[in-house]
Amino acid sequence: MSDHEYTPNSKFGKWFNDRLPLLSLVNHLTDYPTPKNLNYWWTFGGILTFCLITQIVTGLVLAMHYIAHIDHAFSSVEHIMRDVNYGWLIRYVHANGASMFFLAVYIHIFRALFYGSYKAPREIIWIIGIIIYLLMMAAAFMGYVLPWGQMSFWGATVITNLFSAIPLVGESITTWLWGGYSVDNPTLTRFFTLHYLIPFLILGLVVLHIWALHVPGNNNPVGIDIKKPSKDTVPFHPYIVIKDAFALLMFCILFAMFVFYSPNVLGHADNYIEANPLVTPAHIVPEWYLLPFYAILRSVPDKLMGVIAMLSAILILAALPWLDTSKIRSAVFRPLYKQFYWILVADVLILGYVGAMPAEGLYLLIARIGTIYYFAHFLIILPVLGLKEKTIPLPLSITEPVLGGSPNFAAARDKTEKIS
Amino acid sequence: MSDKNDKKKTERRDFLFTATAAAGAVGVGAAVWPIIDQMNPDASVKALASTEVDISSVQPGQSLTVLWRGKPVFIKRRTDQEIQKAREVSLNDLKHPEKDEDRVQKPEWLVMLGVCTHLGCVPLTDKGDYNGWFCPCHGSHYDTSGRIRKGPAPTNMEVPKYQFVNNNTIKIG
Repeated sequence: MSDHEYTPNSKFGKWFNDRLPLLSLVNHLTDYPTPKNLNYWWTFGGILTFCLITQIVTGLVLAMHYIAHIDHAFSSVEHIMRDVNYGWLIRYVHANGASMFFLAVYIHIFRALFYGSYKAPREIIWIIGIIIYLLMMAAAFMGYVLPWGQMSFWGATVITNLFSAIPLVGESITTWLWGGYSVDNPTLTRFFTLHYLIPFLILGLVVLHIWALHVPGNNNPVGIDIKKPSKDTVPFHPYIVIKDAFALLMFCILFAMFVFYSPNVLGHADNYIEANPLVTPAHIVPEWYLLPFYAILRSVPDKLMGVIAMLSAILILAALPWLDTSKIRSAVFRPLYKQFYWILVADVLILGYVGAMPAEGLYLLIARIGTIYYFAHFLIILPVLGLKEKTIPLPLSITEPVLGGSPNFAAARDKTEKIS
Repeated sequence: MSDKNDKKKTERRDFLFTATAAAGAVGVGAAVWPIIDQMNPDASVKALASTEVDISSVQPGQSLTVLWRGKPVFIKRRTDQEIQKAREVSLNDLKHPEKDEDRVQKPEWLVMLGVCTHLGCVPLTDKGDYNGWFCPCHGSHYDTSGRIRKGPAPTNMEVPKYQFVNNNTIKIG
């Protein structure tokens, strides 16, 4: 990295940079050596940054018109939809933006799972990512409560009641969260405050996430350590910037398709009915992105154990760098892991599907098998597989498989020996 | 620190460190507590803690749902058959054993929070395998005494504090 040698060209730039090295930072970000074989699955980090900024900007604007009070919340959202100039557009972008955010984050997470990006030396990046993901779920859940529709109210009731499963102090914690004896006005106002706060916490963590990334540099589809900078790398700008920009454009087309052609397809019709504490909707379902965890919650017949299983399903990801015992990062060189990876993807999709279905009969059975398999993947399959699996030999560099030789042969060999 | 203290005599400085840390911890605690406690139910919420209900128009077999502390309360005037059914059950068959006699003040009137003890949905009246209540959210079945019989809910539906002010009025809370 050229941080230390960098001096701005202009005299003013030099004067400024000596006092606040912002230009050095910009120089680091543009020159940042990036593996030249990054594929489109690597563009979702940039897409996620775009999603976060979109949510913050649209959210800020919505907050200018929204009223966080149980008597006005529902009608103020309708006011935004009908009266506020472009209010419908801003709200639909914000509501669908949450779904797009989760779509992108799931692809981002599963990319890391496939290419082993969570492994040493990138554990901290991964764990910060998991914290961001947890905060995203909290923000999304609280945001869904704000329109004060039936799903808002009953979703909030069901999720806050999860805390009542805690022995001894559960009831007091739930009352404390509610600020009353049920989900009511105090709950709504505090959810609004926290919903406003969390995106900025996420923004701070994103800075740490990228900072931690820039220490070892990007993983890559081959999953080997590379020398930086070398013929295996390209500068972030313009190579990665233009690739990210193109992927973002494609992503925005999908985003726009939802916003303009089916803005409500990901929501629930029940949320256009104002909250009523006396009537529970026949079928309470969370947003699609929480369904796999909801299926895990419902698959356990005991209340406390169900809550523990659901939380463990998320937190187990934080332990992944140590549960996966294989030293080989990329699934490209792990023929068995590659198969288990796709089974896991299918398992999570199936859990998501049964999470949307009533918890009875065959659905419940499938949810239980899916839950057991989910935990088995992390607790049994990954630790054992790392020790037993016959992996395919790694190339010495990114260039080697293409050109049959390495531009920095010695360096690549040293690094490879360390991994395998 | 303890290793050093074993060898060394406690000094004036050690005392100052400990005293400063202790005073600091108390100070931080005192500053943080109001910020945490402000989230607990406030005076206006607590002030609405009781409600009186007129039950004169409820016929046997009918039920009334009223809002108390933001939660529904079921007031069911049970038929003789329903009372009998609730009392026939052996305590061994119950997940959360409670006698029907202990759940009511007058056998005819069952008063309880209409909140499923699983995750807080409102169960449907006169539904389910035991003709009591059925929670549509996650499939908990309650009997005619509001006791959990089948499904994920851990306990019977809660009986709030209430009293008969006169024959036609119940005061809840």
